[in-house]
Amino acid sequence: MRTRKKIVRTAFALAIGTVFIVPSQTWCMDASDAPESVTIDTMSDLYGPVEFDHLMHSEYASCQECHHQTTGEIVVDPNCGRCHHSHDENDIVSCSECHEADRFNKTYLKTLENPELYHFDKPGLKGAFHLNCVRCHEITSGPTGCQECHTMTEAGEKRFNTGSYAPAKGTASSGHEH
Amino acid sequence: MKQLLNRRNFLKGGLAATASAAVLKNKKTEAHSFEGYPDGMGVLVDLTRCVGCRSCEAACNKEQGLPEPAKPFDDFSVFDEMHHGQKRRTDETAYTIVNRYDVPEIDHPLFRKIQCNHCEEPACLTSCFVNAYTKTPEGAVIYNPKVCVGCRTCMIACPFYIPTFKYSSAFKPRIMKCIFCYDTRLKDGKPPACVEACPQEALTFGKRTDVLKMGKQRIQQKAGKYVDHIYGEHEVGGTAWMYISDVPFDKVGFDTHVPKEPILNSVKEFLGIVPMVLTIWPGLFVGFHLLATRKDKVKEMKEAEDRNNNDEKEGQA
Repeated sequence: MRTRKKIVRTAFALAIGTVFIVPSQTWCMDASDAPESVTIDTMSDLYGPVEFDHLMHSEYASCQECHHQTTGEIVVDPNCGRCHHSHDENDIVSCSECHEADRFNKTYLKTLENPELYHFDKPGLKGAFHLNCVRCHEITSGPTGCQECHTMTEAGEKRFNTGSYAPAKGTASSGHEH
Repeated sequence: MKQLLNRRNFLKGGLAATASAAVLKNKKTEAHSFEGYPDGMGVLVDLTRCVGCRSCEAACNKEQGLPEPAKPFDDFSVFDEMHHGQKRRTDETAYTIVNRYDVPEIDHPLFRKIQCNHCEEPACLTSCFVNAYTKTPEGAVIYNPKVCVGCRTCMIACPFYIPTFKYSSAFKPRIMKCIFCYDTRLKDGKPPACVEACPQEALTFGKRTDVLKMGKQRIQQKAGKYVDHIYGEHEVGGTAWMYISDVPFDKVGFDTHVPKEPILNSVKEFLGIVPMVLTIWPGLFVGFHLLATRKDKVKEMKEAEDRNNNDEKEGQA
């Protein structure tokens, strides 16, 4: 009995140890640290918020494929890796912390004139989302039509002259097929 | 006797006028190497990013208060439309159009957005004899319908076939073309509506010099991805809207035969003669006429004088 207790204790200690030691060794985030789902609603106007199934996507791709140069994993793009392998930027997880939501406003454009700035061509938030998502969805045959990920709001229907704002003679086709 | 035009004076005057015209003409030609406004804005269009969602068309339609489209903007059957054997083009109801191109070497379709390229030295502006067009320091080529007489020379002059005529209001002439959202956005430093609407950031707005740099950087960094050319950097003397592509530009409908210098350069020799014709020729030919009829006039005046003298004599008698 005594040996059995000992084994259980050791196993328990090892388990606890693993939890503490392993993360401190690599200092790396894991998909399990992230929320299962993320609501992307910062720019919703013509389209409603997107409920992003983070857990599902983390099964398809490794963290750094989307969170490039962040979350502590090895940087995928060698060009980024020249600077971003051990910088603070690695701790940034959220897209919006680097990618400007209002990409073309006057003040932001002014900052791009800094001759020492390497990232003067960094996409804005909307561009970063779509360039990242659509590129991968095209390869993996994921959804690529606008309304396959977004639901159009009334403002959107008005803008696109569709749905209840469709022209009298017009015919709306659903989705966008490539 | 009234002093008539003296032959020597006339020739002197004529020579002076010709010389001054020649000097003026030279000056004009020299002043011509215009490099564009230094702070002019521009847009870099990355064809590899466009997915043909038509968000730009929808945004433009609302921003410019254009008429309701025939088909909704999320209807993609428009890409198959052919008009007189050609793909869609801009017209009085649409300042911008996206067309699809199926390039055999590539497994996915390519899309190209068409709108005014806002030339650094616009041919429409050069051709317009009432100065209805203006290239603003912000980079836009704008149009003033108040002075337009509806001659439509700009439509012929434009190397990109962009200005269109509003045939529905022929008696109140109106050219319809993209104005870079100048009135509502650009003059306040804001990007045009299409750029803001683009989800893929296929359209990048910024100072022309900056977006040009971005284009060069993209071509360099993604070695082999892009064709090593920025369409609009030098075409027709440079345009505010420029394009980068992963297929040769002629395969996606671009005219690759446009000159690499402003359209103005090909017509300025002729245009330089116009003021000379207008200012010197009238004087010259009036002079010839006067000289040719000088003798008759002298004779007439003499006769009139004689008659007067006779009348006076008769009166005295």
